[in-house]
Amino acid sequence: MKREEIRVCILRVGGTNCDAETQTAFEALNVQAEVLHVNEVVKRRSLLDYDALVFPGGFSFGDYVRAGAIWAKWILVKLGKELKAFVEEGRPILGICNGFQVLVEAGLLPAFEGIAQYPEAALATNHPPGYNCRWIYIKHENSGKCIFTRKIPKGKVLHMPVAHSEGRFLLPKEKEQRDLAKLYENDQLVFRYCTSDGKYADGKFPINPNGSFHDIVGICNPEGTVFGLMPHPERAFFWWQQPDWTSQMLMPHHGDGKLIFESLIDYLEKKF
Amino acid sequence: MKYHLKVEVGLKPGHSDPEGETTSRLLRELGYKVDRVNVSKVYNVILEASSRQEALTKAEEMCKRLLANPTKDNYIIIVEEEK
Repeated sequence: MKREEIRVCILRVGGTNCDAETQTAFEALNVQAEVLHVNEVVKRRSLLDYDALVFPGGFSFGDYVRAGAIWAKWILVKLGKELKAFVEEGRPILGICNGFQVLVEAGLLPAFEGIAQYPEAALATNHPPGYNCRWIYIKHENSGKCIFTRKIPKGKVLHMPVAHSEGRFLLPKEKEQRDLAKLYENDQLVFRYCTSDGKYADGKFPINPNGSFHDIVGICNPEGTVFGLMPHPERAFFWWQQPDWTSQMLMPHHGDGKLIFESLIDYLEKKF
Repeated sequence: MKYHLKVEVGLKPGHSDPEGETTSRLLRELGYKVDRVNVSKVYNVILEASSRQEALTKAEEMCKRLLANPTKDNYIIIVEEEK
């Protein structure tokens, strides 16, 4: 598939607020990216018209019930069959922040045995509590399964912002260690919170900004085609989005988030 | 028949409750001898059902499908006839 032919659908509902930045990031890489309200897809389109799908950040449905829960159940009711076909065909789905919460609540992540009927993980209230908006460091842990990070060497430390109040990744207590082992065995663990020199946060705030179990930042499904993370790669795409750009003599040409978009596009160019 | 479902969703034991911890800290500052605060959410659902048992079954379904995340949440359901 040629790059100019790639069509990305960025879904939105009431409360989504990172759709425009995500679209700008894709367009900067010469990919067609369309922001669509879910109702628009239901009435006039099909998800299968697109090569990749993004659930962007925001506060869908006011974060009522639990962050991401209402959007997740709603999309399963309205577009469940299309969404399942999309995943089964290996078309990529990215969930950023609220989008990650949606993917977990919809059973698309971690999806140990395929799409789960009920959530197998949770993104709970931050510990310490409150909305946390800061730049953090994350270490790439994936060995090549996740198609969204194939351009990032394992062990590389990236710099990105988080902005959420429900980002504490949890596995069920009764099978916490077993499920963690599965994440490693299936190469589903993608990023962990760390210091600027790559030491794991070990739960310490603010290096781990939300108290996530095992410093988990983001995971993918066993096939590596569905990926969710709490930080915002679209807000770390251009060099001028970085927090210290005015004080630096030499800035890189892009922010670290760009690597995630490039990896996705590279996968689509080669696979389809 | 209309039924009133009172569905209380709270955290399972062993999961930390940052909202409860913060609240209990402040209650202690206010002079109360508070050991612990657990925060839960209550949904009052008015539902049409043919029997109390059916209303309870529907409430359990609602919890599994939307109101609770089994990874971290427990729930308690009370069913009453709606007057």
